[in-house]
Amino acid sequence: MKTLAMISGVAGAVALLAGCAGGPSRSEAEYRQLALDTIKRDFQAKGQAKFERLTADDVQQACNAHANTPPADLVIKLTGAQLSTIKLPADDKYLGDWKEGEKLAQSGRGFTWSDKADQPAGGNCYNCHQIGPQESSFGTVGPSLLGYGKTRGNTPEMQKYTYSKIYNAKAFNLCSEMPRFGHAGALNEKQIKDLVALLLDPASPVNK
Amino acid sequence: MKSRIALVVALSIATVGPVAAQTKDANAEFEKFRAEMEESSPAELFEAKGEELWKAKRGPNKVSLAESCDLGQGPGKVEGAWVKMPRYFADADAVMDGERRIVWCMVEKQGFKFEDIAKKPFQGANDNNAPDITNLVTYVASGSRNMAFDVPMHDPRVRDAFETGRAMAAYRAGPYDFSCNTCHGADGKRIRMQNLPNLSTPEGAIRGVQGWPGYRMTGGVMLTSQWRMNDCFRQQRFPEPKYASQAVTNLLTYMAGNSNGQMYKGPGIKR
Repeated sequence: MKTLAMISGVAGAVALLAGCAGGPSRSEAEYRQLALDTIKRDFQAKGQAKFERLTADDVQQACNAHANTPPADLVIKLTGAQLSTIKLPADDKYLGDWKEGEKLAQSGRGFTWSDKADQPAGGNCYNCHQIGPQESSFGTVGPSLLGYGKTRGNTPEMQKYTYSKIYNAKAFNLCSEMPRFGHAGALNEKQIKDLVALLLDPASPVNK
Repeated sequence: MKSRIALVVALSIATVGPVAAQTKDANAEFEKFRAEMEESSPAELFEAKGEELWKAKRGPNKVSLAESCDLGQGPGKVEGAWVKMPRYFADADAVMDGERRIVWCMVEKQGFKFEDIAKKPFQGANDNNAPDITNLVTYVASGSRNMAFDVPMHDPRVRDAFETGRAMAAYRAGPYDFSCNTCHGADGKRIRMQNLPNLSTPEGAIRGVQGWPGYRMTGGVMLTSQWRMNDCFRQQRFPEPKYASQAVTNLLTYMAGNSNGQMYKGPGIKR
């Protein structure tokens, strides 16, 4: 009993000290839970952005719980599962039309509450990546893809990898900042092929 | 007007130059333009309207905010209040940002209905006038022009709001797996040409709160921090944060708290 009182006394003193120092009074996990509770209470559906979007899936949960660096065994398990979601083209052809790919890469449309749900989404590529040399308005959240095919080679393996990466970036880097365009239903097979062509086709300005 | 044309010309010339130089020039040019504009800022019109509203007896209770609304510095006192919020308010038993607190006063003191204020809290591109709440926020914020942020981070309730806001900023979900930090968690990132402040640093956090409320040249509308948070979540592909909710206060506490000690320049100009 005395020990208990002493322990709680010590805990109280520690809490008091933390309070005086102005530091956080709860653990990071507790704040994560508080954040989630707050989000679920204080957000509402709007347009196509339904309430369910707030629920993290297994990949998002793992990244959220581990500050984007989950333990290796979890990474192996989940990247494997993500890899198995990738639907490769039945015709085994990966190179579409780079001109269509360029149009798609330019469009930032899709999935916001102000986008119409029945309108196709864009690739959003230039938002984050440098791609074609003619486009100087590009983002830097992702790496530059200028010269992508020239440096990597337009091999069947590279085509398949590039298709898969756009389809589901989390199959290769679990907590990548890049959306899973195929997995999310944002881009279809033809669209992803057009983007692969933009990056790998020797005729694409990306590789000139 | 002359400056606006100069900016357009500068931007078009810049497009032929090398990319890095272009970004730098365009940003420098915009900053120059902003400085010129802010000397006779359109935000002042909204401040003046807000001051009238603040002092007028309004609402079912026919009482003014100037006599009834305590922003933490005493009833009606506006000077220095903006940079000391978010803070904890005992009468509401909640940590509130400036806009949320003014809404609380309008409801609790003046007798307005929250639903009526929350129905259309932001000026739309086709609206000739900003909502009353935007004018009030602009007036209150102007009372802290050139004062340093001083959010009471020693208060454990404010600290909780700050830490919860930090955790919210890291929360990934939705169709694109985005969190606030996807765009605002590292230095030197851009979406297209738009520079993205890293909100986890004092230098980035101040850029998140500086100039808000602000007159946005795109659309020519006056908008607040509450709007800025709302539109970020739209682009994050999330559902919408409820107006004047704790969720928004937490995020604003995270940013304003990280800005402590840095000067707030008052209502500003935004792209």
